[in-house]
Amino acid sequence: MSDTTVASPVRRVVARIVDLRKDYVLGKNVVHALRGVSLEFRQGDFVAIMGASGSGKSTLLNLLGCLDKPTSGRYILAGQDVSQLDDYALSKIRSRYLGFIFQSYNLIPQLSVVENIQIPLQYQGDDSPAALQRCVRLAKLVGLGDRLDHRPTELSGGQQQRVAIARSLVNNPHVILADEPTGNLDSATGEEIMGLLDALNRAGRTIIMVTHEADIAAHAHRVVRLRDGRIEHDGTP
Amino acid sequence: MGEGVSYQAQQQIKDLGATNIIVRSVKPPEDSSRTAGGFFIPYGLLREDYTRILANVPTIRNAVPMREIRKEVRNEDRAVDAKLVGCTPDYLDLNRLRIARGRFLEDRDLTEVANVAVLAAHTAEQLFRHEDPIGRSVQIGTDFYVVVGLTEPRGASAAIGGSLEARDYDLDVYIPLDTLRWRIGDMVMTARAGSREGEIVELSQITLTVGDLDEVDEAAAIIQSLLEKYHKVRDYAIVVPKELLRQAEMLRMLFNVLLVLIAGISLLVGGIGIMNIMLATVTERTREIGIRRALGATQGDIIRQFLTETVVLSSTGGLLGVIFGFLCIPAVPMIRRLLNAFFPHVVASLPPNLQKLEPRIALWSIVAAFCISVAVGMLFGLYPARRAAQMDPIEALRHE
Ligand SMILES: Nc1ncnc2c1ncn2[C@@H]1O[C@H](COP(=O)(O)OP(=O)(O)OP(=O)(O)O)[C@@H](O)[C@H]1O
Ligand SMILES: [Mg+2]
Repeated sequence: MSDTTVASPVRRVVARIVDLRKDYVLGKNVVHALRGVSLEFRQGDFVAIMGASGSGKSTLLNLLGCLDKPTSGRYILAGQDVSQLDDYALSKIRSRYLGFIFQSYNLIPQLSVVENIQIPLQYQGDDSPAALQRCVRLAKLVGLGDRLDHRPTELSGGQQQRVAIARSLVNNPHVILADEPTGNLDSATGEEIMGLLDALNRAGRTIIMVTHEADIAAHAHRVVRLRDGRIEHDGTP
Repeated sequence: MGEGVSYQAQQQIKDLGATNIIVRSVKPPEDSSRTAGGFFIPYGLLREDYTRILANVPTIRNAVPMREIRKEVRNEDRAVDAKLVGCTPDYLDLNRLRIARGRFLEDRDLTEVANVAVLAAHTAEQLFRHEDPIGRSVQIGTDFYVVVGLTEPRGASAAIGGSLEARDYDLDVYIPLDTLRWRIGDMVMTARAGSREGEIVELSQITLTVGDLDEVDEAAAIIQSLLEKYHKVRDYAIVVPKELLRQAEMLRMLFNVLLVLIAGISLLVGGIGIMNIMLATVTERTREIGIRRALGATQGDIIRQFLTETVVLSSTGGLLGVIFGFLCIPAVPMIRRLLNAFFPHVVASLPPNLQKLEPRIALWSIVAAFCISVAVGMLFGLYPARRAAQMDPIEALRHE
């Protein structure tokens, strides 16, 4: 496992989007949520996507997460253009290359901590004892080694988000996508979670994070600011 | 249940023999008989009918004529109101009677018009208690008959669909047909509402056996036309067990179709119920579906998950159904006992088939019940499962 991988001097490109556009058709109106966005993400990047409400942040993140297809443009992930793949292929791409962290944690309430972490492996068809061990190890890594059999409702918000982070790591993804990961947390707990993400990034993880808050964005090394579906700023925070 | 009904009916009919044709004397309706006779009313099958049938139906292999009368049979001061049966030696096999001791009637007894009698087990017991009846004599009317044999007890045959009465063999006394004719005659007096009335019947029943099942219909048709020609009133009935067998088969099919229909409707209702539950579940778990899709579940994975859940639900139902079915086995006699205790006349008015109905569980039906419940789960689970799979992951994730 590559939790301890050290970023190499010349970092390879893990994801690249070229002139990505997304239109939503609402009756007669067409909403241009993204109007041609091109970006490159390298191994070990920690990117914050910022911008006003309605500027297209979530739209962009959903496209990067292969949860949606762009109207036009290309998206190269792990060396292949995934922008026009079908639903089945996109599911497999998500399963293999992507990890998700959501604002509202999105754990499954009926499942225990370990079982929640296990879900992505289940869809890779891996239910070996080694896989279970890996889930336990990740739970320990995020500081929940003593809560393995707890249900999400028995955990605090911060703890739930830790489970979600462990879950996002379990398939050893090329990119971790986080939509306002601290949005539901108080600032102290938010800082703890950001500390965890910092650590993962130092270990070589590529993280793309949407946020409103400047002090959260300050943890990233690069900030992409959107405005009306276009890139307004791309650089240091 | 369907199995139980058909099993009973078929057993009874097989007892009668599928290659048999039974012709019986039937007392015609009151007014037509009045004009025919007056005080002594002659009706029914004639010995001439017997010879005519034998002469005209070439396929007949065996024919057993028989005359039965209720008559008092005495041994000194003990008397039994017995059923006196005048018959031929073939009567024994035809009715699946078995000789317990001694012998049955023989051809010699008929030709000699011998005064011999064979007693049914119960008759012998009533007349002789613990003494050995063989070699002793019984009195019928003014004549004495030597007892030459005893038959084993035999269970009564049930009535079938109204065309054959139930036949009880318990209080039988068998004597040669010709002896009955010459010693007792065709006329029977019955005391009735103060006045005495007499009937003249030559033969009560003729049982004919053809060689092959295919010959039954033709033989029955010939017999029918022969009898129609010589009888002005319908004082006879022709019973064709094969026909009954076919009717019973039809009845069974009808019954099964009905059961299948009921089962089908309940499956449909149950299936729609299951579908509703699953649709509610899918809506309730929209967010979970979104999460699973984001974490790599394909549409197929989601379909599989919800189909499995539906099948678990429906096959649990199927299992409960099978268990309930097994509970019906002791429940049916219990219900019958209760009904007998509280509403005896209601039970008595039911057809005998229903009175004695025993549920039988066919092994295939257990397997089928299980398979069908799995299939129902699959069928009615498919729509909710597809709905779940076709949700947009992003919308599902946003769902509250
Ligand atoms: N499913 C959709 N159908 C129609 N229009 C949509 C849809 N999703 C987003 N939009 C529109 O696209 C634009 C960008 O939306 P998006 O959700 O990306 O904004 P955002 O930057 O994430 O805003 P917020 O900070 O409020 O989350 C908005 O104008 C929005 O109304
Ligand atoms: Mg948003």
